[in-house]
Amino acid sequence: MIEFLLNDQPIRTSEAPASALLDFVRYHEQLKGTKIGCREGDCGACTVLVGELSADGQMVNYQSMTSCLTPLGNAHGKHIVTVEGINAAGSQLTPVQKAIVDEGGSQCGFCTVGFVMSLTGHSLSSQPATKKSTIAAIDGNICRCTGYKSLERAAARLTAELEQRPAENALAWLSDKQFVPGYFADIPAKLAKLRLNEAQTTEASSAAIAASATVHANGGSQVSTSPNGHAQNQNDHGHSPIRQFTHSLIGGGTDLLVQRLEELREQPGVRLIFDQPGRRGIRHETTGRVVLGAATTASQLLESDLLRGLLPNLPQYLKLVSSTPIRNMGTVAGNFINGSPIGDLTIMFLALGASITLLGTAGTTRELALPDLYLGYKKLAKAADEQVIEISFPAPLAGDFFHFEKVSKRTHLDIASVNSAAWLRVENGIIQAARVSAGGVGPVPLLLARTSAFLQGRELTAETVTAANEVMQAEISPISDVRGTTDYKRLLLRQLLWAHFLEFAPELAVDELI
Amino acid sequence: MNHLDPNRHVRGESQYLDDVPVQQGTLYGAVFESPLAHGVLRSLDFSAALAAPGVVRVLTAQDIPGQNQIGGIVADEPLLAEGHVHFRGQPVALVLARTEAQAHAALKLIKVEIDPLPVITDPRVAAAQGELIVPPRTFRLGDSAAAWATCAHVFEGVAENGGQEHLYIETQGAYAFPTEMGGVRMISSTQGPTAVQRHTAVVLGLGMHQVEVDVTRLGGGFGGKEDQATPWGALAALGAFITKKPVKLVLDRMADMRMTGKRHPYSSDFKIGFDKDLKIVAYEVTFYQNAGAAADLSPAVMERTLFHATNAYFVPNVTATAFSCRTNLPPNTAFRGFGGPQGMFVIESALAKAAEELGLPTYELQRRNLLREGDLFSYRQAAEMCHAEQAWDTAAREFDLAGMRAEVEQFNQTNKLKKKGFAVMPICFGISFTKTPMNQTRALVHIYSDGSVGISTGAVEMGQGVNTKIAQVAARTLGISISRIKIETTNTTRVANTSPSAASATADLNGKATEMACAALRKRLLEHASTEYTLNYEGLEIHDEQVLAAGVPADTNWEKLVSSAFWKRVALTENAHYATPDLHFDATVNQGHPFAYHVYGTALTSVTVDCLRGTYTVDALRIAHDFGQSFNEVIDRGQIEGGAVQGIGWMTMEEVAYNDEGHLLSNSLNSYKIPDIYAAPKVLDVHFLDTPGHPKAILRSKAVGEPPLMYGIGTYFALRDAVRAFQGHTALPFSAPMTPEKVLVSLYPEFVGVSETGAVARA
Repeated sequence: MIEFLLNDQPIRTSEAPASALLDFVRYHEQLKGTKIGCREGDCGACTVLVGELSADGQMVNYQSMTSCLTPLGNAHGKHIVTVEGINAAGSQLTPVQKAIVDEGGSQCGFCTVGFVMSLTGHSLSSQPATKKSTIAAIDGNICRCTGYKSLERAAARLTAELEQRPAENALAWLSDKQFVPGYFADIPAKLAKLRLNEAQTTEASSAAIAASATVHANGGSQVSTSPNGHAQNQNDHGHSPIRQFTHSLIGGGTDLLVQRLEELREQPGVRLIFDQPGRRGIRHETTGRVVLGAATTASQLLESDLLRGLLPNLPQYLKLVSSTPIRNMGTVAGNFINGSPIGDLTIMFLALGASITLLGTAGTTRELALPDLYLGYKKLAKAADEQVIEISFPAPLAGDFFHFEKVSKRTHLDIASVNSAAWLRVENGIIQAARVSAGGVGPVPLLLARTSAFLQGRELTAETVTAANEVMQAEISPISDVRGTTDYKRLLLRQLLWAHFLEFAPELAVDELI
Repeated sequence: MNHLDPNRHVRGESQYLDDVPVQQGTLYGAVFESPLAHGVLRSLDFSAALAAPGVVRVLTAQDIPGQNQIGGIVADEPLLAEGHVHFRGQPVALVLARTEAQAHAALKLIKVEIDPLPVITDPRVAAAQGELIVPPRTFRLGDSAAAWATCAHVFEGVAENGGQEHLYIETQGAYAFPTEMGGVRMISSTQGPTAVQRHTAVVLGLGMHQVEVDVTRLGGGFGGKEDQATPWGALAALGAFITKKPVKLVLDRMADMRMTGKRHPYSSDFKIGFDKDLKIVAYEVTFYQNAGAAADLSPAVMERTLFHATNAYFVPNVTATAFSCRTNLPPNTAFRGFGGPQGMFVIESALAKAAEELGLPTYELQRRNLLREGDLFSYRQAAEMCHAEQAWDTAAREFDLAGMRAEVEQFNQTNKLKKKGFAVMPICFGISFTKTPMNQTRALVHIYSDGSVGISTGAVEMGQGVNTKIAQVAARTLGISISRIKIETTNTTRVANTSPSAASATADLNGKATEMACAALRKRLLEHASTEYTLNYEGLEIHDEQVLAAGVPADTNWEKLVSSAFWKRVALTENAHYATPDLHFDATVNQGHPFAYHVYGTALTSVTVDCLRGTYTVDALRIAHDFGQSFNEVIDRGQIEGGAVQGIGWMTMEEVAYNDEGHLLSNSLNSYKIPDIYAAPKVLDVHFLDTPGHPKAILRSKAVGEPPLMYGIGTYFALRDAVRAFQGHTALPFSAPMTPEKVLVSLYPEFVGVSETGAVARA
């Protein structure tokens, strides 16, 4: 039984946990404000807010998500908000709605509710509203009437209003200003009650669940969800289901609900791990390793102070990964297990030297270096019943260089033509250690082992980089597809290699490279 | 004055097709499509599908009671394939099931045998094989062949432009209900309710009066629902007609992308000649239009390409020829600009080529050759109330053309890995359906006895704000508050024989008809007032709902006047017919006066290219646009900004790709990218030119739908300018869109070499 709050109504449903929240909202609850645009998280017309109770039970944190890719089961215990749940009585408009109307930010209107929800979510955020952050809140919303300039003006107006928002008691202020209706104040208590009921039920039936989990797991399981990928392959233009996979584990749903919604909806025994206890969180261990829970989302990476301390540019790289709502859903392990040759997070973590921890059904765990996970196109060195529980990598030292590059047709919310990450340790002009990774240039996400080895011990010069490119070109095997021709991908990766080094050592002789 | 609909849009209360509450017993349709682009249909086995859970019927061409034909201009398009299949995605059968999921699941159980035939995707190959949709057309002015000898400079080249997916966020769909009269009533997401009605009647073998089509609004159309809403409407109606149950058919995104046509790709040859003063003497151009597998609107699109082949320039000797080429792709169709952008892209390429070879900035050539009052277009209409030079000069002054150019050059001198580019894009776009008879419509205005007003016209609201404009026209004409006015759904039983909402002409045509109807009602009411209240008719008016006699408030207001008129049996309904005056065009000689007027404007574009990565940003788009006398600046600005950014999308990231088998590769939103908020220009200025408007424009406010799309073409040439600043070579092809791939390959041509073709055909 899935229990949650939908706007101001409690919901108890036995609909399939892997069905799309979007369909539940539109066709089960007849809330038609949430629109269907693409069903792959690429347009944002179906954006809703998902509120999760804080650990202390005092407040609810709202995030925007695309309901087309949100497994209904992931709504469990949460507050789901559609436009009907923020509309004021009568025909009053909320400040978000008013800003859009006044600035002419709605033309045909089909995408509009998605913008309204994203901006409302932004209003509810605890982060300060700036011009940049308000625009970022709608980075997952596409308007084909292309009324972006009027939406920018609406965002600017909203930013100005939100500057008045107090840090304390923000919800009361927002409610007073009619950003959200008054019932939002009661939500924490209601969710806390759901949580309490849940805890009691779980205790009572934990033995039964454990037993059933084993049974399901024998059917084969894969975690799959990624914040930037879809059914990607090198010539990625299809959603053809990958038959050798029998996913019964779902994380954020951002890949699986694109690829296999129909099938998963009908499949019994699907397990949701997005909210599984102990699967989130980022910690720096005394061993020097950084450890992430498998269901850590891209947004959590982006917001992590710990990671920012170690990898100061990580947030800006993550901004190139999909969009805000998808980053709120997609998990790191999902990106890995999807096995896309061009998963952005995979490429970053390959260069960071990551390993994964796999949990088998017998309760045993094993470590696997991330590059060793990939045997071939969408073929993984992982038993069907193994589940990723943690990801770890050696914390970079101060002075280490880490950089990520991605080029796609559209800079944001797109799948890369080629992406690449580089980690370098240079002392006295000599490259002591290097890891260069590249996506979109082979059947799997590649750690360019030969290129990396070539760099090691060499002087940091344009000559070395040029020679490394020769090694790299021999190490890749791109194919022509909708994301670019073979030649383009080869050229582009060369350029991205230059880019890594020019970022690290701007004094390198540019003329020699280009 | 704001667009009225958005108050409902932002609250999620606007009803689109899929939001209509479902009637009990509704069946859901799913379309079985041809998996091959060309072949002989040998057999179709849907027995397993019929046996699948929930499946009620599978309909094929054999089930069509009337004619299996939905071709609009040419009768060459079956509703369901019969005998042959001509493109991948062509509808072959319709599955009807109790749920949408069941209908889609059943598609996988249908088996089809097709003997493959050769597939053509390239329009030049089609032309070489004589595969033409209609005979070629040539527009001629002067004698270009004789003029070459007098030219000081002559340049030739080839220009290619890609297609463009409409990507209306609301996909195609229709919901049809059987009627007790033995016909069908349907809700359709269409720009052309009459087209859906007419073709459905043909398919069902009924009179048009037995088919009612109703449209509330569209979640985007952009031309994609002008002709191509018809198959889905007709299929839903066929299902409802045969099963006597409501049938709902909504395409999912990928089916929509696979099965529907797009903006036409063109491949074109140009030759341009100048005299020693760099005045254009002659221009010859041959367009090869990739029409796809059936005519659809291609002949009309091709014609508009010819009308716009010389853009905003005067060319005394023109020979423009166009071939509409039949290929095995989904029939390409209307898309904002309707062939105009393709025509303009070629002459802009010709001017850029000339400028590059002459070592001049392109704008020197452009400015020198702009249209002036009285200049003839190739179709012999003269440029009247011409604002081409005014638009250019205003843009140059307001936005500091020289300064922008200098800034770019200075930047490029000091930066190695980033280069800026600059381009000017003037536009001149003709307003009217070029098929003269289509320039007619009607408005039906009811004044209810309480003073409220309901208006029906042929206009379809799809985000362009036409309903708001019509309400404004009515409010202004009647002298009442806009809050009294409701714009009704667009319905074929209230307003018949309409033209589609297209050609930028919807507000002009339907606004004019509304104005006429309201003026007639006002006259009748005032005549009644003059009798009833013994007032002198001369000098009577209604202003802010108050009746004024020679400027003095009379003892009656709108509500009282209407009520009084009703009780005195005065007709409170009016139906007005408007047909744009003075239009004529003889398609046998390609001469006449096809346009009510032209819209002018000029855009300055600057871009920055990252020469390391091949990526780019549009830094600024600055537009001086001829709105005439805009009476809704919010809507009009939205149209200009939105159209321009859509045009930038077409010229940059939007790449429709098919492989050689006619299989669409850019088949979803993850592989076909349209601009997002970060892709819009950083600066987008719109300057409202001070122009008087045109009497044939509604309230002298000129049409705004399509013209701005062509400002986006400037981005292509600005990118090219930046690439040349890095590379300096002149061998760049004219090939749009300028994707990051094309930019990078142009920056480093030595890496890829000349043999690069790739496995992916970009059509």
